Amino acid sequence: MSTQTTPTPSDTSVAAPEPRGRKGRLPGWAPAATFLAAAVVCLLFEAFTDFNLALAVVYTVVLGTIAVYLLSRSVEGPRQAVDRLVTCLVGSAFAIAMVPLVALVWTVVGRGVTRLDGEFFGSSLVGIVGEGGGAYHAIMGTLIITLLTTLISVPIGLLTAIYLVEYGRGRLKRSITFFVDVMTGIPSIVAGLFAFALFALFFGPGIRLGIMGAVALSVLMIPVVVRSAEEVLKLVPNELREASYALGVPKWRTIVKVVIPTSIAGLGTGVTLAIARVVGETAPLLITLGITNGTNLNPFDSRMATLPVYAFYQLTQPGVPPQFAIDRAWTAALLLIILVMGLNVVARLISRFFAPKTGR
Amino acid sequence: MAKRIEVSDLNIYYGNFRAVEGVNVSIEPRSITALIGPSGCGKSTFLRSINRMHEVIPGARVEGKVVMDGVDLYGADADPVDVRRQIGMVFQRPNPFPTMSIYDNVAAGMRLNNKRMKKADLDDLVERSLKGANLWNEVKDRLDRPGSGLSGGQQQRLCIARAIAVEPDVLLMDEPCSALDPISTLAIEDLMTQLKERFTIVIVTHNMQQAARVSESTGFFNLNGVGQPGRLIEFNPTEKIFSNPEQKATEDYISGRFG
Ligand SMILES: Nc1ncnc2c1ncn2[C@@H]1O[C@H](COP(=O)(O)OP(=O)(O)OP(=O)(O)O)[C@@H](O)[C@H]1O
Ligand SMILES: [Mg+2]
Repeated sequence: MSTQTTPTPSDTSVAAPEPRGRKGRLPGWAPAATFLAAAVVCLLFEAFTDFNLALAVVYTVVLGTIAVYLLSRSVEGPRQAVDRLVTCLVGSAFAIAMVPLVALVWTVVGRGVTRLDGEFFGSSLVGIVGEGGGAYHAIMGTLIITLLTTLISVPIGLLTAIYLVEYGRGRLKRSITFFVDVMTGIPSIVAGLFAFALFALFFGPGIRLGIMGAVALSVLMIPVVVRSAEEVLKLVPNELREASYALGVPKWRTIVKVVIPTSIAGLGTGVTLAIARVVGETAPLLITLGITNGTNLNPFDSRMATLPVYAFYQLTQPGVPPQFAIDRAWTAALLLIILVMGLNVVARLISRFFAPKTGR
Repeated sequence: MAKRIEVSDLNIYYGNFRAVEGVNVSIEPRSITALIGPSGCGKSTFLRSINRMHEVIPGARVEGKVVMDGVDLYGADADPVDVRRQIGMVFQRPNPFPTMSIYDNVAAGMRLNNKRMKKADLDDLVERSLKGANLWNEVKDRLDRPGSGLSGGQQQRLCIARAIAVEPDVLLMDEPCSALDPISTLAIEDLMTQLKERFTIVIVTHNMQQAARVSESTGFFNLNGVGQPGRLIEFNPTEKIFSNPEQKATEDYISGRFG
């Protein structure tokens, strides 16, 4: 194209690259620069009044968004301007959502690393009043209780989901779905009280057992497993079931050998996320397991320690001086977060690893 | 072993909707029977009721009799699973098992039914079935790759291989060539002519040339209007249907003067 342009708007050599009139395009760095300018203005403003960083950030976002919108509107036209405005709003909403998460991780990691040492993993609290001690007993307790909960919940949950998707009809199916929905909303303390009352019937009111905690957590975990497994099983195309039936394969074997393998990635992910959901539950374990200072690995015999309850007691009933117990509580909290994050990573790996493979 | 199928007074329902009514037909063994007719007239529905796949759909049911070599398939003591073992099916849309390799897809009938077979025998069966479906040359170096990685036409032939691997007596094919190129279509037609030595074949097709080329008998389904049940209007030897049909509706449909 020639560099020589004629001022007439009807000239096609000018109009061709931008058919909708001669609207320009803001360069890529323009929004960032605008926000930077807004930040400078707001910081200066705040510096002259009494300085408040949070307010400065809020002002910057508002001012920057308005400035980008007006700038874009004058250069690029209204449609692009609305696009930029919505981009700014979505970005701000995302940032707001990230604030608590980042702050929480920041605090927990900052305070938790103090006691993230060998002793914390290797020893219990027997004979510890102040410094030292660890959470070996609580870590083992959490692992054992979670394992037991999984062993109870996964078979019940999966079989319920299979019933609902493959066999269930009419009123029974609808009432089961309804009760599963109700169970999803049960407050965790109610689940704890249920398990406590159940075992108190047989063993008297003073009873504290690991298995009680597992039962309480199962009440919370089963509906989550049912829901996620149901959704995943529904995704298996009917054509696959029909292909299997047409080969003369009975229904139950179709479920075991076609439906479940096809959805195994989703099932594994759902179960892992359900575990992550209950691993940090505190209230039901507080009632059903209590706490101990020593190591008890037998869930059918007396009290057990778990990480959430451990953190709770370290924080609410520290020794003297209290700082050591509070440090231990933060480390227990950090471990819980690491555990949940680890489970989420495992869930992702499962869904990647077991997904049906396509391609040649 | 091929078998004769006698259908009498068959009404097929989806819930309260009567999709097909009053079918009376006798399907000869060792032959190819083609079913033609406009879309939505109940060809697939009728085909699926022959091997009791129809009742898999919630609320779907059937009235009447389907008798294969003297045994009523809908009798009180008939087991749908056994029926389907004898009457195989290829669906309108290819549906290989996505979690299985090509090899396992073909072996699925054996594997899923827990039939014990020596590895060599199974290899042999898979090769024979794939050759039978005219797919062997294209996949023989990648039998362990997933079946869903094949092209649509290849997947359909894989499904045919899977269906013939269990050696049914009857093979039902619902528009098996609708996703295929002319060469694969010819290959499948050749395949059907070979298979009819051993199986009874019923095929639904929208391709009239195909019906004329491969089948011995042809049935024409039609429906009077939307919401009305489909009916078997005419069932006759293919030559007669295509040269000198008894019914006016058949002639109109075949000559393209439909609707
Ligand atoms: N699952 C179902 N539930 C309810 N009605 C159905 C179902 N499947 C098919 N029908 C109805 O039954 C009638 C016959 O459908 P069918 O699939 O047998 O037609 P078809 O002759 O195979 O058509 P096509 O040539 O398009 O495949 C149609 O009116 C259809 O709407
Ligand atoms: Mg059809």
